[in-house]
This record gives sequence, structure tokens and C-alpha cells, in this order.
Amino acid sequence: MLRRLEELCNLNGVSGDEGRVRRYIKNIAKDYADEVWTDTMGNLYAHKRGEGKKVVVTAHMDEVGMIIWGAMDNGLLIYQTQGIDPRVVVSKRVVVGEKEIPGVIGAKAIHLQSMADRQKVLPHSELFIDIGAKDKADAMKYVERGDYAAFATKWERYGRDMMKAKALDDRMGCAIALELLKNTYDCDFTAVFTVQEELGLRGAEAAVYNVKPDVALVLEGTTANDMPGADGHQHVTKVGAGPAISFMDGATIVKREMFEALKKTAEEAGIPYQLKQAVAGGNDAGVIHKALSGCVTGVISVATRYIHSPCSMASVTDFENTYKLADAFLASGKFNEV
Amino acid sequence: MTDMNMIKDIVKAYGPSGREQKVTEVIRSFVEPLVDEVYTDTLGNLIAHKRGTSGKKLMFISHMDQIGLIVTDIDEKGFLRVANIGGVSPAMYAARAVRFENGVRGVTHFETETSGFMNPGKAAIGNLFVDIGAESREEAAAKVSLGDMAVVEAEFLELGNRVSCAAMDNRICCAAVVEALKEMKSEHDVYAVFSVQEEVGIRGAGAAAYVIQPDLCINLDVTLYGDTPKCVPMAMKLGEGAAIKIMDASVIIPPVVYTWLEDVAVKNDIKYQRDVMRMGGTDTSAVQKTRGGILVGGISIPLRYMHSPVETGDLRDFAATAALLRAAAAEAELPHR
Repeated sequence: MLRRLEELCNLNGVSGDEGRVRRYIKNIAKDYADEVWTDTMGNLYAHKRGEGKKVVVTAHMDEVGMIIWGAMDNGLLIYQTQGIDPRVVVSKRVVVGEKEIPGVIGAKAIHLQSMADRQKVLPHSELFIDIGAKDKADAMKYVERGDYAAFATKWERYGRDMMKAKALDDRMGCAIALELLKNTYDCDFTAVFTVQEELGLRGAEAAVYNVKPDVALVLEGTTANDMPGADGHQHVTKVGAGPAISFMDGATIVKREMFEALKKTAEEAGIPYQLKQAVAGGNDAGVIHKALSGCVTGVISVATRYIHSPCSMASVTDFENTYKLADAFLASGKFNEV
Repeated sequence: MTDMNMIKDIVKAYGPSGREQKVTEVIRSFVEPLVDEVYTDTLGNLIAHKRGTSGKKLMFISHMDQIGLIVTDIDEKGFLRVANIGGVSPAMYAARAVRFENGVRGVTHFETETSGFMNPGKAAIGNLFVDIGAESREEAAAKVSLGDMAVVEAEFLELGNRVSCAAMDNRICCAAVVEALKEMKSEHDVYAVFSVQEEVGIRGAGAAAYVIQPDLCINLDVTLYGDTPKCVPMAMKLGEGAAIKIMDASVIIPPVVYTWLEDVAVKNDIKYQRDVMRMGGTDTSAVQKTRGGILVGGISIPLRYMHSPVETGDLRDFAATAALLRAAAAEAELPHR
């Protein structure tokens, strides 16, 4: 599962450009599922037929990144982005487009910045991607408007239990959902790999109508704020403290029975867990739980530091325990009690 | 005669967004004798169905959830940190008595280091905490868990023609629907939906409308007011009757619906005013966009001091709203495009 995660994190799949990730997942899922198919938006479904409740697990395939808006006369590329702090991108390596043209995100050198410039954060509109083109015409030989750019960092082990990568949010969920597909549960089971979550839960909103689940379990990467200066109540989640079970976030209030069932699953299986303490932010659960006539939806997340950056970090043990918790929830048939 | 005990029981019931079971039980006890079947759906919406013969479906929707606080942390001294459920003003929720679903009580206060002793207006929701009298994390955790929700404790005040309490938004409308169901005569299938999770972003209504697929849905919610000293100018006034919705920030009502409601009001000699609210959204918007689109209207009760512990409405507007609902249900012809 960890090797899969490494491969998944190293693939580029910015929102709207999830094709590489989808092909990778599809190629593995087809060996375990009865049917694997893709909808109009690009959501991928791996269905294992069964009796009983329709249960889905979902993970989003997309990652934060950039889209090329055009080139300036001097060959530097202008980009648009969403959900990325401009403080984390300067001097970072990216790859652009299908051909993965290498580039770096540039900014005015410190010598050239006015005192006012130095006091503020340079916004994305004052940053650019430099692919080494000599002018606009040269740049447009390599890239087109609308090409996607992704961070070029690779997955690595850090320390005893940590890993660093881009896109841990939410390739961890994808890797876990793929692993769950190998098992057989007493339900009609579908793993749904969604698109465009980072742009506002767009893929899941369509996907839910294609599977009409009774119960949904969303697997996510979420913010860890176990940082200096943050009091206990501001931590959101802590790395190494186990899978984070949500009772509420900015888009969903989890049905109490579902929240309690996940806690009970962890306690019975002896899996450490934490509760996600912030009620801000949202994920695919936000659109799933209120769709159709309503779907009971729970969320388990892996605590992730420096999320939405080229180098996010998470605990390998948390990741593995998140799989164990999802598996135990499904294997114990607790979806029948929510 | 106004059934004050019914209003009071519904208004005082515990039910922040996502934890509506208690208020559901209270409303269920009132509507059960008045309709043919009562049930809840997956999200917790309470649906009271009165059968008809016309083949048409008329839906009323009135959200029953209230704003509140949710516990996000318990510190080593036993203080609870909270986040808001819905549109909570930290200043209005500082230095209040609160109550949890299991009956545990507490008081709120704020970090005085941030705001000073006398100025909760500077506090953000993250600067608030709840003191339940516990002296350690263990003692607090024995009474309250992360994810538990509290609502503000408020007295139900009868002030002449007016009544004041927390959660008048939107329990006064829930009570108006119950009042209307008494002696309701309709040829249509009437579905009275008491919806969940409106205050956190209109999350319950769509699912109910998706299943019921009504020919017409009338939303019941409170609206703003323009009749207090130096307030934001607005036409709606307490005591001026049922407020027929023209628009709010989330929905524009088709003229065919609001003119129909106005005609019904005139015909039945029910006092009404027009409700044009620039701010705030209602369940109406989610219903309107469900499936292939649903014809919607709204009747509102003007409510002063919205989202405070002293929300104040007028019993005459309550009575007019119930009367207008009953009269609308009695119409053989529903509006249509």
C-alpha cells in the first residue's frame, strides 16, 4: 500500500487533469472490481457487486496546482491557482503540461524589492513560472494556455515514521480505497475516485447520483496544526495521533450514529484515533450527505502538515491505521447500524 | 385563542443543527393527531403527511434547527472550547447560560486577555469558552464529549402582543404550521416538512423535496424588520401580518405564486405585507432547484433581534401566517406556470 502511495503521489493530477491518476487506479482496480467505469466528469467507479446496503468509500484524485494563463513577452508564464498559499510556492520546481516541461516559480529578487514589497506577501499575480523560454513565441512552443502545472517534488520517507510528498491530500485516500477493494464486505460496495474536489467538491456532486449510496465513507487528508504557538484547541488534528474522525466540518455535520459507529469501530479494533477538532473546511461529504433523499456520510482523515504545499508530511502509521479503521468499519458491518 | 403552551414547548425545545431529535419529538407529538402519517427521513427531516384526493401535492417547509455552539476541545482545567453552529455572534453569545442535550448546563465567557473584561465585542468565536463548573479535563469529559452541542438558555417572555425567546427563528414558524394543520381542509396531499440543518447552509430541505416532488412548496421562515430605532431600513414591521415572500438573498419567488398568495389573503380577509429581504437565505432556494425545478413561495414572520437570545415576534403575525397557510391549502386551484 505504501509503494502504491508513493507512485500515486508522484503522479500529477491537478484538478481537471486527473487522467494520469485515473489510469493508474483503473489499471489496479480492474483486477479486484466487477466493473470499473468513468463518468462524464471523470469520476472513476470500481464496483464490487453484493447484497444489502449500497456502501461507497470515496477519495478524491485531484491535487492543488496551477493552470497556465499565458506567457509574457519575456517568456515567463502567468498562472492561476486556487487553494495554494503564495508564501509556499516561490522557487519551487514545477512541471508544465502533458510533456512535463520543467520550470520554477519565480519572483522578483530580494535586491529589487522595495521595502513595501518586502513587507507583504507577493500574490500569485506577481509570481510566474520560468521554463527557460527566451520570449513569448519560444514559450508557446512548449506550453499552451490551459496547460496544468504541478509541483515536481517526489515522495520520500522522513525520519522513522513520517513521509513527505505533494498530493498526500488525497492520494492517501486513493491508496486506501484501492486496498479496500481487495477485500470482500457484506454489502454492495463501490470505491469512488472523484475529480475536482479542491475546486469545490465538484466531482462528488455528480458522482453521488450515479451510485445512490445508502452509506458513504469519505477518506481524506486534513490539516494538522500541531505547531508551535497553537494551543490544544487550535490543533485541528495532530500527526501521529491516529486517524481523525470528523463530527463536523464547514460543509457537513456528521450524523451522530455514524460518528459514534466509527469511534466504536476504532475502540473495538484497538486502533488509536483522534477527533478532528476544527469545524472549518469541507470535503466531498459536504455534497454527498445531502444529495438525493440524503446519504449517511462519515469522514476519516489522515492528519497532514503543510497541506496544499509541494511538501506536505504525514505519519505512515496514521495512514496505515486509517486503512485499518475503514476496513474494520466495513468488515464489522457497522454500516447497517447507522 | 392562541395556543401559547404549544408555541412555548416548540420554541423552548432543544435542537441545534444536526441534533434535532428532541425538537422532532415535541413537534411530532403535536402533529401526530392532525395528519395521516408522520415519519423522518435519512437526514432527520420530520414529515407530516395529510392525504388528499386531487392528485396534487402541496408542501410546507419550516426549518426546526436552531443556532448553537459545538465543543471542539476540553482543556486540562475543564474549560470547553467551542465553534459556532450557524450564524452565531460571539458578542451575543458571550456571558450567557447554555444547555447541552443531556441537560448539562454551563456559562460562556471569553478570553479577557484578548478583549478586556468588559468588551466581548472584540472576541472571535475562538476566544469564547464554556465553563460547566468542572475543575479538570476528566470531570468535564465525564459530562460532555467533543462534538456535543449547546444552545443558549433563554426565558420565554410574553410581552403584550409580542413573545421573545431564543430560537424563535424558526420555531415560531414551526408552531404556525402546527396551528394551520389544526382543522386544515384540503383536497391536496399536504406534506408539512420540519427540516433540519437550515442554519448551517440549507442542507436538509433539498433531500425532502427530492422525495416528495411537490407541485407547490411554501416555505415558512422568519424575516427581518425595519421598525426599531435607527435600524437597517426595511419595509417589514411586526404586527402588520403574514409577510408574503417576494425574494430573499437565495431565491426569487415567481409572481404567479406570490400574487396567488396575496389573492388568497384578500379573499379570506387575512392581514399581509410583502417580504423583500436582501440578506439571508432560506430553504426555499434548495427546494426550488430540486430535480427539474419546483414552484415555490414563502410566508414569513417578521422577527426582531435575529440570532440573539431575545428574538421577538408578534402573535398577530403568527395567527395571520397560520390562517393564510390554512386558506392556501383550502384552495382547489394551485398556482401553476
